[in-house]
Amino acid sequence: MAERKIHWKNSFENKLLGTRVPRVEGVSIATGQAKYTADINHPGTLFARALVSLNAYARIKSVDIEPAKQIPGVKAVKLLKQTGDELLWDGQLIAVVAAERPEFAQDGVRAIKIEYEVLEHFVDAEDLETAQSAGKVNRLRGQEEGEVQRTFLGAEVIHEGYYGLQTVSHACLEPHGAHTEWKGDDQLHVYLSTQNVSGTASQFAVPLGLKTANVTVQCDYLGGGFGSKSSPGEWGLVAAELARETGRPVKFMLDRTTELKTAGIRPSAFCKVRIAADKQGNVTAWEADLWGTTDTEGKTIAATALPYAFDIKNRLTRASGIRINGGPEQPWRAPDAPQACAITQTAMDDLAAKLELDPYQLFLKNLDKTWNPDLYTDQMRIAAELMEWEQNWKPRGTNKQDGAMRRGLGMALHEWTGKAHTASTTIRVHADGTVETFGGSQELGTGTRTVIGITVAETFGIPLDRVKVNIGSSTYPRSERSSRSSTAGGVSGPNRRAALKALWKIFDLVAGHYQVEASRLEAVEGKIRANGQDICTWEEATALIGTMPLEVQGEGPEADGLTGSRVGGVQMADVSVDIETGKVQINRFVAVQDCGLILNRLAAESQVYGGIIMGIASALFEERILDNKTGRFINADLFNYKLPRIGDIGDLKVHLYETEETRKQGVIGLGEPPVISSGAALSNAVANAIGVRVPVLPMTPIRVLNALEGGQS
Amino acid sequence: MNSFEYAHPETETEALEFLNEYPEETMILAGGTDALNLIKQEIVQPRRVVDLKRIQSLQGFTREREGLLLGATLTLAEIQEDYAFQQYPALLQVIENIHSLASRSMGTVAGDLCHLPNCWYFRTGYGLLAWRNGESLPEQGRNQYHAILGNTGPAKYVCASRLAPALIAVGASVRVVGPTPIEEKWVPLEKFYRIPKTDLQGTTILNPGQFVTHIRLPNVDETMTFASYEVLPSEGLDWPTATASVSLKWEEDIVQDARIVLGHVAPLPWISMSAARLLIGQRLTEELVAEVAETALTEAVPLSENRYKISQAKAAIKRALLSAIPVSFDIT
Repeated sequence: MAERKIHWKNSFENKLLGTRVPRVEGVSIATGQAKYTADINHPGTLFARALVSLNAYARIKSVDIEPAKQIPGVKAVKLLKQTGDELLWDGQLIAVVAAERPEFAQDGVRAIKIEYEVLEHFVDAEDLETAQSAGKVNRLRGQEEGEVQRTFLGAEVIHEGYYGLQTVSHACLEPHGAHTEWKGDDQLHVYLSTQNVSGTASQFAVPLGLKTANVTVQCDYLGGGFGSKSSPGEWGLVAAELARETGRPVKFMLDRTTELKTAGIRPSAFCKVRIAADKQGNVTAWEADLWGTTDTEGKTIAATALPYAFDIKNRLTRASGIRINGGPEQPWRAPDAPQACAITQTAMDDLAAKLELDPYQLFLKNLDKTWNPDLYTDQMRIAAELMEWEQNWKPRGTNKQDGAMRRGLGMALHEWTGKAHTASTTIRVHADGTVETFGGSQELGTGTRTVIGITVAETFGIPLDRVKVNIGSSTYPRSERSSRSSTAGGVSGPNRRAALKALWKIFDLVAGHYQVEASRLEAVEGKIRANGQDICTWEEATALIGTMPLEVQGEGPEADGLTGSRVGGVQMADVSVDIETGKVQINRFVAVQDCGLILNRLAAESQVYGGIIMGIASALFEERILDNKTGRFINADLFNYKLPRIGDIGDLKVHLYETEETRKQGVIGLGEPPVISSGAALSNAVANAIGVRVPVLPMTPIRVLNALEGGQS
Repeated sequence: MNSFEYAHPETETEALEFLNEYPEETMILAGGTDALNLIKQEIVQPRRVVDLKRIQSLQGFTREREGLLLGATLTLAEIQEDYAFQQYPALLQVIENIHSLASRSMGTVAGDLCHLPNCWYFRTGYGLLAWRNGESLPEQGRNQYHAILGNTGPAKYVCASRLAPALIAVGASVRVVGPTPIEEKWVPLEKFYRIPKTDLQGTTILNPGQFVTHIRLPNVDETMTFASYEVLPSEGLDWPTATASVSLKWEEDIVQDARIVLGHVAPLPWISMSAARLLIGQRLTEELVAEVAETALTEAVPLSENRYKISQAKAAIKRALLSAIPVSFDIT
């Protein structure tokens, strides 16, 4: 180590960083020692249950909470909606009861007297015509560039198609919720199931009339957020109010049905697409009518998200949003991208079929419109080798297997930024050689603690267990919320910077004590060395710090190359479809993914596996089903809101695409990119297998069989 | 969950006493894999729950000269574990398809037969038939999992029992007791189910104060084969959307007698007599099997969203029949 410059080590110098490191909290999670918000019970904690609307659209004619207060064990009741208020979706919270036991709270809920005036609901976001005649359509900002009409007029080939994706829920394993506890009448401590530990205190303080400095938010473990857990939520705030009123801690976790109905959904998107191309498959123009719904607001994905990944210069997208009586939208893993990718790249795959081209060739031909043609060319080559695309791909509908089984291959590609978020860190090195790091980040289930530990341990050349990683508290240096794949870069950058600065100070102490040149020192394998010679152990070096720990701060992101942005990935699916039962079976699924510098290879692979599995779930199973008759979210339970199990997933192959060049980009987030193109790849594989497009995801048996029959989607 | 009285009788007679104090408001509990959910979700609000698990005469099974006598609380896992059931592959195939160790370990044979419908309107609190303002909610609303056969009356749900089609194919009968200890009857399982016309009628012939104590499976002779095929949307704990169980009696490679029972397509296990008749005196060929499947579904009246189940039910019939062909036969 010569120059004191912020940088990552060369990859061959790393002992820990970039290897396969199991999560540091793995054992405590597996043994139940890890406490999630849902697990927190303090002496005296009251349990909350909610009265929710059972109508899709209604007005409260009268509501009386007094009978609930008379129920034994009930300590407080809070009304969130008043007489005259409108209730806009099935599952909307109306009142919350806090009681000694959850059962008493439920008794309290049952005792509330409420009368509704039921209003006419509207819940269908796929049928645009009906929505228009019902006056439920918002015109949204579209997008137009280039010479669209002229290009279509002169086009050699035009493909027209209809594509879409139904609304899915986040379906977090741990529901949204909070455990709130007051200390005195002006200090609040909240355990919150959140992906925004540092950014939520003020969101409690303002509505509760508190000083933000008097609110602490804690989240040690999080059972899934996927974008939906960045605010206190009504549940968090009402829990705090009930706790204030009763002088007792109050825990309010949503039940499963309310979680599905109220805690967040990914918008639906439907699209009529026209694309123009030359005979070689080179896409020249795009025209689309996009619609869908978020919720009562009536938006859908951004028109600018289309066409996705391919920058087609002549493009026009008109967009409409439908206002429905459905629960609110929350950002869902790579917001807008999975929908935009599925719409764009299934249309391109259909164009390939129309031109009787292998879609691999059509995608290759159009890579000049992507941000990085060389990267995708290489990733496609690797994916195709892993999938044995050349041997296994057959033209649409021609790959007949035993009986009713038809096999098909499909591909898609994606891009994402993954730029590091803002974060600070404090690192403390103690005289005994132990190290602590502090940051208000969150363990989203993705191994945040482990990558921080790896970063610091690698820098100091010490084992991972010498580093105590402290995250999950708003009292620590602030870290932005985990969103848009920003966390790995967000936390590793500041920790590397701070650790290097601390190391340099230690080198100075060692240099003075052992009479060596500080610039020649390096820290490896628990030793401080110069020119390959041991000077002292790590502990002998840190002993020079003295009783007061060495403390250094790190900030980020900075333009020093530790973190970067923009990644690409290619996914290929091999499926067998039973054309009599409509069931799609995944044989193999290949993902080639670039992610910059890899901190923890095991976690990076897991991120890709997890992304694909969530992609498969929304492509084949997950769907919010709103009932036109009652307006209810009729499948709001985990029997009918279907999620895949391991037997549905098939054989996944993850290839982390890594070159000297990608490593030089620094750390880039990986949480979202792998979820983006799975739906398009699967849809294309199914179309290849059965010879027709299943236009709308998820491709449940009903949609597959209807597509085969040429019926409705 | 509402409070309820909990009784755990140790004899059938005791059970009937507990059951008949207020029979309309008393619920039977066996394995509890579904009953407890119904109570917790307040779909059923019993004043009393009578738990059959401690009644010794309802546990396990016994071998009789004419077959097996199954106690009501015999679990699905116990069926899987005993060699005596190997002669009923149609039954074992269905149990294997219940992809939950917990459900197989706790779930009982009588509990499965009496399982209330999974219709999402019923489970959301709209009642068994889910009628509102003179309209059937499933018929007018979302019905992808609802009935395509036997659905012209007010009931649109599908019978939830997994085992019933296989047990009917095998020729099982059930023993019903109550309301008084001296009342007992044996009923062929196919006569156990009914299609209710009102919410007050149940899904079976059981009246308040009665319960199923035993199921009898006749012995199987070597000239018979059985098979089931279930169309399951996913590999997890999921309900099938169409199933078929078949029994075939053979002389050489000619079918002498046949039974085809469809599941999850009608409010009760659906016996396709006319389709089965086509098989008699025939060798099984792919063409014949396809014709049988067509015939079985000719009466289907799909609702707005469940036409796809016709294709699935046909597939289930064809696959069950083909897998019931003894391995020694070579069909072309």
